[in-house]
Amino acid sequence: MSPLFLFLSFVALLSALGVVFAKNPVHSVLFLILTFFSLSGHYLLLNAQFLAAVNIIVYAGAIMVLFLFVIMFLNLNVDTEPHKPALAKIAAAVAGGSLLLILVAALKDVHPVGVTGTAFNSQIGMVDQLGLKLYTDYLLPFELASVLFLVAMVGAVMLGKREVGERNF
Amino acid sequence: MIELPALGWQSIVIFVVFALSLLIATYCTYAERVIAAFLQDRVGPDRAGPYGLLQPLADAVKMFTKEEFFPGGANKALFVFGPCLAMITALMSSAVIPFGNNMSFGNNAFFLQGIEVNIGMLWVFGVVSLGVYGVMIGGWASNNKFSLLGAIRAASQNISYELAMGMALIAVLMISGTLSLREITLQQSVAGEWHTWNIVKQPLGFIIFLVCAFAETNRTPFDLPECETELVGGYHTEYSSMKLGLYLFSEYVNIFVVSAVMSVLYFGGFNFPFQYELRDWFVNSQGWELASAQNLITLLGTVGLFLKIFAFIFFFMWIRWTLPRFRYDQLMRLGWTILIPLAVFNIVLTGGLILAGVI
Repeated sequence: MSPLFLFLSFVALLSALGVVFAKNPVHSVLFLILTFFSLSGHYLLLNAQFLAAVNIIVYAGAIMVLFLFVIMFLNLNVDTEPHKPALAKIAAAVAGGSLLLILVAALKDVHPVGVTGTAFNSQIGMVDQLGLKLYTDYLLPFELASVLFLVAMVGAVMLGKREVGERNF
Repeated sequence: MIELPALGWQSIVIFVVFALSLLIATYCTYAERVIAAFLQDRVGPDRAGPYGLLQPLADAVKMFTKEEFFPGGANKALFVFGPCLAMITALMSSAVIPFGNNMSFGNNAFFLQGIEVNIGMLWVFGVVSLGVYGVMIGGWASNNKFSLLGAIRAASQNISYELAMGMALIAVLMISGTLSLREITLQQSVAGEWHTWNIVKQPLGFIIFLVCAFAETNRTPFDLPECETELVGGYHTEYSSMKLGLYLFSEYVNIFVVSAVMSVLYFGGFNFPFQYELRDWFVNSQGWELASAQNLITLLGTVGLFLKIFAFIFFFMWIRWTLPRFRYDQLMRLGWTILIPLAVFNIVLTGGLILAGVI
């Protein structure tokens, strides 16, 4: 394992823990951004430059900005945060723990098939190769996903449309 | 043992680019005042040194020696982190910009570019989209209503204009077929052909990109995040000393970078007219070796690129001292209802022209 991989994994795990344990929601969001950065670093190590860049642009550059935007408006503080009852906390811990158990149990015997080190195309993560793959082998899922985005966009426009007689300023 | 790529000539290039960005940003503060004075028929800074050339130095001394003030109730760590982040993201994007073609000395060839990656355009776009965090975090951590409003404005403005900017970039990508900024530059000048810079093929895309660049760098007429008539000083209301300096400075670094990106994408980058004819003239008439003639052309190209960048920086300042500021709802309407449909139209138009074989 390369030292770079170890370093990135360390940062990713530490910042992911920071997301959960930070008291201040703004700190949580910033830790989440750091997590996305270390994930992008992992993508780069896997020679997937396009995925790394898109991860930064879409998640760190757009979605997290909106997260931060909303959290800044809500002005969440430690004082105003409602404390959940102990039963809810225990139930959440049990549910999360069993999900972890199932995931570990399901994944520990997995052997990746179909890919060998010699036959693997190391250029598959480059943008032109990825584009070719998407538009030939995976054309239908790709187009379906774009329809989904279109529906989401129309929905957002519907929600944001001005009602009859409404004035904002 | 991994071999660090930053130990070769690239580190020298990156260091020079870093120093140059800072130097240019420093003298942008001077140029801004001189141009403002010229446009308003005033004298401008002329006290410090000949023609006031030492003014940026005097400003830096002033900034460093001022009192460092922390507002009450501010989140101290993030209050310091904000301006640092603004500066880091501003400096990061110049790494992939090709400042010149290749040079060769004997068997050693190198590019006048920090890193040549095949996602250069995406890298620039990603880093630009991160630039808003410095403003947002600083504005929020100040614990001040005006700062928070400035931060919110910065966030929504950047997100809105990023969309149109990205779609303008897609049209360039459709023509070039590559995301590498070096490849895009080389495609804009083919030996023996008429110089078809992308501005000829993408006039509408360039105008959209230019407007979005103004919005992304928070420059007038889109400097709503620091609109002093409404928000005191916007996101940097509470900042003083060098932390304020870093915010102001990062704006100029951003202008430099965005000017460089526009020069590369639309104005031929390091290409200049008659470069191949000039090289052939040196080789055939003056008896130079091909390599040394190529080196000279590369250096001239770098000078040409910087001239283009300076022209854009002047344009940014010219606009600032000419146009008044937009109102916030006008800004949003321009972004969402004019620029984005125009950018979509531009993509369709580009696709049609490519299919028709015109470009």
